Amino acid sequence: MAETRILPGGRILRYTLVERLVHWIAGFSYVYLLLNGLALWTPWMWWMAALLGGGPVARATHPWVGLIFAASVIWMYRMWASDMRITEEDRRWNRALGHYVRHEDEAVPAVGRFNAGQKYLFWLMFWSGIVLLLTGMVLWFTEYIPWSLRYLRYVSIIVHPVAFLLTLGGFIIHVYMGTAVVQGGFSSVIRGEVTENWARTHHRLWLARITGNAPTKK
Amino acid sequence: MPGKTLELKRVSATSTASPGIREAATVSKLIDTSTCIGCKACEVACQEWNDLPAETTVQMGTYQTMPETAWNFWNLIKFHEYESGTGLHWLMRKDQCMHCADPGCLKACPAPGAIVQYNNGLVDFQQENCIGCGYCIAGCPFDIPRFNQSTKKVYKCTLCVDRVSVGLEPACIKACPTSCLQFGTKDQMLQLADKRVKQLRASGYTQAAVYDPPGVGGTGVVTVLSFGDQPELYGLPRDPTIPLAVQIWKSPLKWLGNLAIIGGIIGTFVHYLRFGPKVVNGNGKGAKQRGE
Repeated sequence: MAETRILPGGRILRYTLVERLVHWIAGFSYVYLLLNGLALWTPWMWWMAALLGGGPVARATHPWVGLIFAASVIWMYRMWASDMRITEEDRRWNRALGHYVRHEDEAVPAVGRFNAGQKYLFWLMFWSGIVLLLTGMVLWFTEYIPWSLRYLRYVSIIVHPVAFLLTLGGFIIHVYMGTAVVQGGFSSVIRGEVTENWARTHHRLWLARITGNAPTKK
Repeated sequence: MPGKTLELKRVSATSTASPGIREAATVSKLIDTSTCIGCKACEVACQEWNDLPAETTVQMGTYQTMPETAWNFWNLIKFHEYESGTGLHWLMRKDQCMHCADPGCLKACPAPGAIVQYNNGLVDFQQENCIGCGYCIAGCPFDIPRFNQSTKKVYKCTLCVDRVSVGLEPACIKACPTSCLQFGTKDQMLQLADKRVKQLRASGYTQAAVYDPPGVGGTGVVTVLSFGDQPELYGLPRDPTIPLAVQIWKSPLKWLGNLAIIGGIIGTFVHYLRFGPKVVNGNGKGAKQRGE
């Protein structure tokens, strides 16, 4: 493992091809579900349904794309759950969140492969994804729910959009961080590679682990 | 319904005003359950006028045609037996869309124009705008909208909007041989209903009452019940309202959600203006990720 992460030319493999592929299956299916779902969320966004082939098409495809998203989220869980465990370091990072937000990175504890923000995003997306899958099933097959179990519909009608809003909050921050704030983050999830400097800046303990060196003080 | 734009009072999933500018009296059916003989003429008339196919029924051990209404069977006489102190009662109630003044189906519907309410109070599904999501099924407190698996649309009683529009009474009313079904303005029907309730009370049914539930703003189907204190005996909910979940979803949750979405987008944008990107440490080369 330690050897395979280091590429010729001093570059470092941050995400394997499979990791990138799963990330983008989740990404594209999420964006489709987002546009599609926003059309049903408010009439102001109804034009998005037209963009996706009209209301009936949007309704018919949403659950199937939802299954793809759910599958990708579960696959990510299998790939990344061990990397995403919340540790004592994460709690310290969390207390320094204000510094991280203001880019006072010298006051933020060094992090491993993922920082606490990334971990919380992962768990938010995973658990929301599971909740969206379950409530989505109820809404998908709503006409088969017997009248005596109608509370399932009522629960789903509230919980599905609440879980969606939580994921959207995470999604907005994730896209913003990955494209605008952390430069090199976007290309790392496209080509999979980062420079050593990038790794040292953003994930110093991870760099130390894969190169076999003890973390150095800057 | 094309050509009835000027009569639209409410249109589903439309945040702007409805286009209706015509005034009309609210109309209503009157169902007097105490004079219904269970003949099913209204069921047949409904199937005939609406040109719906004859359905294979099942033997339920009662006088009821089938267990529930269906996408192609909008009018069902529900049959209940009830034993009170005075003896055995056959309770027959016409189950159909209640045409609520405040329709939960319309409120829950996310497809613009798929459910409309006309100025005379009729609630009508416009299948050409329906996307088949089934939210109306969740919004209805009376379990009325029915989904068709092959067309992926929902259906229910239209209150014979095509007949009523041209001054005719609905097909079921026309066919009723005992006049337990009547049709007119809601005021007229409420007067008739009150008169009938007084008769019933005088003849020993002291609990007789009119069922016109205020929780949904009243209904376009006014029902006289001999045992008005127990609407459940007839399969009617005691105090129907639009489900709380639908009300929360369509109002506070929607506005909170919209504010959060807009706030999130503005927040990240302002953050970038204030703080910009994170700088990679090192000799300056590191900041350039693609520079090979």
